Amino acid sequence: MSADESAAESAAAPETVEAPSREELAARIDELADQLAATEDDDTPPKMAIVATKGTLDMAYPPLILASTAAAFGFDVTVFHTFWGLEILHEENASDLKLSSVGNPSMPVPNLVAALPGMDRMTTKLMERRIEENDTATIEELIETSLDMGVELQACQMTIDLLGYDESEFYDGVTVGVGAATAVQDMAEADVQLLV
Amino acid sequence: MTPNPTETLDVKGENCPMPVVKSKQAIDELEVDDVLEVLATDPGSMSDMAGWAETMPGVELIEQEEGESVYTHYVRKIAQ
Repeated sequence: MSADESAAESAAAPETVEAPSREELAARIDELADQLAATEDDDTPPKMAIVATKGTLDMAYPPLILASTAAAFGFDVTVFHTFWGLEILHEENASDLKLSSVGNPSMPVPNLVAALPGMDRMTTKLMERRIEENDTATIEELIETSLDMGVELQACQMTIDLLGYDESEFYDGVTVGVGAATAVQDMAEADVQLLV
Repeated sequence: MTPNPTETLDVKGENCPMPVVKSKQAIDELEVDDVLEVLATDPGSMSDMAGWAETMPGVELIEQEEGESVYTHYVRKIAQ
């Protein structure tokens, strides 16, 4: 057969895809069924990643309440505390978080009055009294409960250094030595991500 | 018919998120088929406990009773 004839033949008979055999199809179905079963049996817990950036009394509550509640739902929870969020984990400062009326139109004090010296202390006392009267959990209780339930409370290393804190000043059980990359990794793996 | 509880958790006076959080801690200590009775005064516990039991694997809500001031929830542990 000459080269010309060979070329003509291959052009005349276009390449056909060979149909898979019954055995091959059956094997493929088994393989897919196994994969599906593995997905359905996946009992790894869902994950939630929260970033806490605020250090006022009112803003310390949402991340801790959501974290402890998610843990009660069986979530693996991490809370990355950065900038003023670090105050929540600071053993001494956490029991003394302040509430400010300035810039908060929901508070019944005009900004001009709220800016007077001593006003933050007063609004904080009022809020603390309400928390007590209402039997709302304190920040310390929520931190201890969260840690008990396996929530990972992380303190951003860069902010620890920036604010001049020592690692020993945080609650026992707080994770230190973590940075933004750890937070991003947690967020990437999480089913729910929240910035507070 | 009131379910027969294995254990009773009293969270009267406590507010969100404690009824749910403490229920989870209590159910972790129980065996499969045990029933936890939760006594709460938080009106939000009606919705919260139902939502928790529906979403949390391994537990099911059997019944909720709305008393005059106490909300009673019955939750069964169905898996470890």
